[in-house]
Amino acid sequence: MHIPDGYLGPATCGVFYAVMLPVWTLASKIVKKTLRARQVPILAIGAAFSFVIMMFNVPIPGGTTGHAVGAVLVAILLGPWAACIAVTVALVVQALLFGDGGITAIGANCFNMAFVLPFAGYYLYKIISYGAPIESNRRIIAAGVAGYIALNIAALFTGIEFGLQPLLHHTADGQALYCPYGLNVAIPAMAGEHLLVFGWVEAIVTALVIKYLQKQDSELLVLGEEAINEDRY
Amino acid sequence: MKTATKLWIGLGVLVILSPLGLFLPEYFKAGDAWGEWGSDTMKELVGYIPKGLEKFSSLWSAPIPDYAFKGWEEKGLGSLSLAYIASAIIGILITVCIVLFIGKLLSNKD
Repeated sequence: MHIPDGYLGPATCGVFYAVMLPVWTLASKIVKKTLRARQVPILAIGAAFSFVIMMFNVPIPGGTTGHAVGAVLVAILLGPWAACIAVTVALVVQALLFGDGGITAIGANCFNMAFVLPFAGYYLYKIISYGAPIESNRRIIAAGVAGYIALNIAALFTGIEFGLQPLLHHTADGQALYCPYGLNVAIPAMAGEHLLVFGWVEAIVTALVIKYLQKQDSELLVLGEEAINEDRY
Repeated sequence: MKTATKLWIGLGVLVILSPLGLFLPEYFKAGDAWGEWGSDTMKELVGYIPKGLEKFSSLWSAPIPDYAFKGWEEKGLGSLSLAYIASAIIGILITVCIVLFIGKLLSNKD
């Protein structure tokens, strides 16, 4: 889901930077109000987890590869705004240091994986786990379902961004200037592979860690609930 | 043991296992992620390299491209795995430092 340089036209790149700037500003303001000092190590671990889990390329035999992002997990533990910051840092390091995702596409990649993904996952988790005790199985299921659906929503956005390019930018004789595949190819490709395989990876990763934390340190999940409640101001 | 300590250990395990992200796609003959092809693959797929893509694709030259050290591209999966693990460690260290710094700036209560 890391869009490289050259796949999105300048206009698209600009729009997503323009969208993400206020999101990042708001995220810092909100996190400043809600993040507790003792949660900072968890934020760092969350960002590191997101970084490394994205290196686990999962193959579709004979086809493409993809990976989980871990953003839904971080959102459940620290709230979506903190998750936005954590995943943004991981994505920027991946782009600058490792060329994974383009630098012109940092805005778009952060929109998909550091904004749409943690927010969709967080609200889905919140709805499905509503009223469930901290140690209940419903929370594990909620985490898995939220991971699966949210990664698919993010993939759908990515497919739309790719697919719009041939409409927006082409030469007089119809050759694409950037991503050559239109919506009719990009959306089924991105949605299909994530529905089939990669969504499950995010689901399993998210659900397993929540299950582990229920046993190991349910206090963390309680703090997560507070982050969830505190952002209603 | 504190939860944070256990989670750090878990991260260490993930770092050591990270070359699975290289081996599994190789074993199952899976190619690039969709929409993340290099110029050569793009030419095979659509018959030409889109002009804008050609122009911008080499805009940034990352110090450790694709989690592999420069000049190691031709080496076997063993060396690539070492580079992959080293990349994971470097990436995690830098990510953690940045987030701890941001966290210090943003968190103010306990």
